[in-house]
Amino acid sequence: MSTIVTRTAVSGAAPAGRSDDFDTLAPSPKALMRKRAKGHVGLIIGTTIIAVIVLMAVFAPLIAPYDPYAQDLSRRLIDPVWGAKGSWDNIFGTDALGRDVLSRLIYGARISLLVGFTAAVIAGIIGTALGILGGYYGGKVDAFVVYLINVKLALPVILVALSVSSISGGSIMALIILLGFLTWDRYAVVTRSMTQQMREREFIMSSKAAGASNSRILWREILPNLMNQVIIIASLDMALIILVEAALSFLGLGIRPPTPSWGLMVSEGRAVMFFKPYLIMIPGAAIFLLVIAINMAGDGIRDVTSPEGRG
Amino acid sequence: MSGLSSSSDAPVLVVDGMNVDIAVPAGALHAVSDVSFSVRPKETLCLVGESGCGKTITSLALMRLLPRTATLTARKIAFEGHDLAKISERAMARLRGYRIGMIFQDPMTSLNPVYTIGNQLEEVYLRHHRGASRKQARERAEYLLSRVGIINAGQRLGQFPHQLSGGLRQRMMIAMMLMCEPALIIADEPTTALDVTVQVQILQLLRGLQDEFNMAMILITHNLGVVARTADQVAVMYAGRVVEQGSAEDVFHNPAHPYTRGLLECMPKHGQAASMGRLGSIPGIVPSLVGNQRGCSFRNRCSLQMPTCHEGQIDLRPARGDHFYRCLLEPGATKPRPVSLGSAA
Repeated sequence: MSTIVTRTAVSGAAPAGRSDDFDTLAPSPKALMRKRAKGHVGLIIGTTIIAVIVLMAVFAPLIAPYDPYAQDLSRRLIDPVWGAKGSWDNIFGTDALGRDVLSRLIYGARISLLVGFTAAVIAGIIGTALGILGGYYGGKVDAFVVYLINVKLALPVILVALSVSSISGGSIMALIILLGFLTWDRYAVVTRSMTQQMREREFIMSSKAAGASNSRILWREILPNLMNQVIIIASLDMALIILVEAALSFLGLGIRPPTPSWGLMVSEGRAVMFFKPYLIMIPGAAIFLLVIAINMAGDGIRDVTSPEGRG
Repeated sequence: MSGLSSSSDAPVLVVDGMNVDIAVPAGALHAVSDVSFSVRPKETLCLVGESGCGKTITSLALMRLLPRTATLTARKIAFEGHDLAKISERAMARLRGYRIGMIFQDPMTSLNPVYTIGNQLEEVYLRHHRGASRKQARERAEYLLSRVGIINAGQRLGQFPHQLSGGLRQRMMIAMMLMCEPALIIADEPTTALDVTVQVQILQLLRGLQDEFNMAMILITHNLGVVARTADQVAVMYAGRVVEQGSAEDVFHNPAHPYTRGLLECMPKHGQAASMGRLGSIPGIVPSLVGNQRGCSFRNRCSLQMPTCHEGQIDLRPARGDHFYRCLLEPGATKPRPVSLGSAA
């Protein structure tokens, strides 16, 4: 490089030809990431399962063999296809009200994904905003943010969710906001400490010296540098929220019947769990699969984007 | 050098009696005390001194980017009709990057890793030119990149900082600073992190651009080779004070202060063979700057120390013409002999 640049140093006129500098031949970070992603088994399995579940949720009306709300009391508690009296008519059997389990499972994916994703985004916005503000300004602002984090950490999530949702009464919107407000702490803790490090980096000083305002530095210089970590936390958070939603629905304080929710399906199967265990096991397995897939994908994203440090 | 020919121009920046105190647990640390200087267009002022002498704090004070624990006071810091010590933070933010540009020491870390070069250059232009289109900004960025000696400027604009070498990144920083054609550049050790071969190119580039764009430059360095190559005016700093100030020629050829002489002796000379003996060094360390200072701050390391060095305040006084120094001895004295204080200015 140096020889090429020497000739053009003062005159500034580019010599004809010679367009290849060898520093441009290094593989771009995106290419490296793609390479690492291809070799990461967990990431591939996780994203495949998520993709299947997402497609299932999106195309539910096309895929589901029956109306998930249609009751048929003459066809109650039919075994799944592998059971003694099972048939291919109802692959996963029917529940106590004669509704097709597979159809309810497919529609239930919509609820889990909607609640998990939206609540994780709300939590992400709250937590990241607080973390960056606290980390950047320090002093009293930071003390306030740390106070909020401590208060949040002292709250028992399930207990608060139970009491609030019993008051607000089962609307999905209320549940999403509630879960968003209950899980922002991890974002705040991580982004706060990362911002504290980032604040001292030279590029922040140099953008200040170029006239950048505080808000520009916060949201346009620091935030994009934290996005990897935020996305990774979001994946873990989403898994947690899906579990909490299932737990609340199971306890009868989340999604209200007859809406098909996986947690609610487990709860509804409770009465007959010793005779028809598949009514609990099938939605339970679906929750397990989605949560573990999200966790695997989250770990995978971290390994692929920042292999040097465990963000 | 253009220093003398352009000295008739009015100064771009006049700093008068600038102090920076930093609050530390033990009290106030006088990081910069009573620093005064001025720079004219096309002129380069070098601030020289060893680590911790207040060079960088001086530059950050001019940009008003001091840490929160520091307080800046000055009789006056005049820049284009503003008093930088007094104007609001908003007004100062408008000047930064627009009328005053700054280059930092380490180009490897001075660029945001998530944005392309083009994006970062355009952003500076658009910030200070409301209503300019992104296309105009891109054209300006491309022109300046080729102007600072980067070939394939158009292609480089789409690259990320980690794809460039250190020298290219420093050129990039220079182009970024030129986006708005500032009247004053502050360069804080712009070549320290670079290879020796690249250092010279960057300094030549800066000098050339300075003449072309009619800019004044404050160059901060501990490297006397850099000073010799670029400076019109030199201010030698020690323990937060300017101990000697004057044209580069005067300071290099007739150093008046014992510290400046010591520094010059620390510099390897051309053709000096290893057999000619050890390179000079100044024994001791820079004193603590916490609390009130009395007497000469260099006295404990000075071979010409006298009892009177401990007392009172020692003012800058003229050695010859515009050449000032802060010592009780005659300019360039080699023996400890007090001069009559009546001759002080």
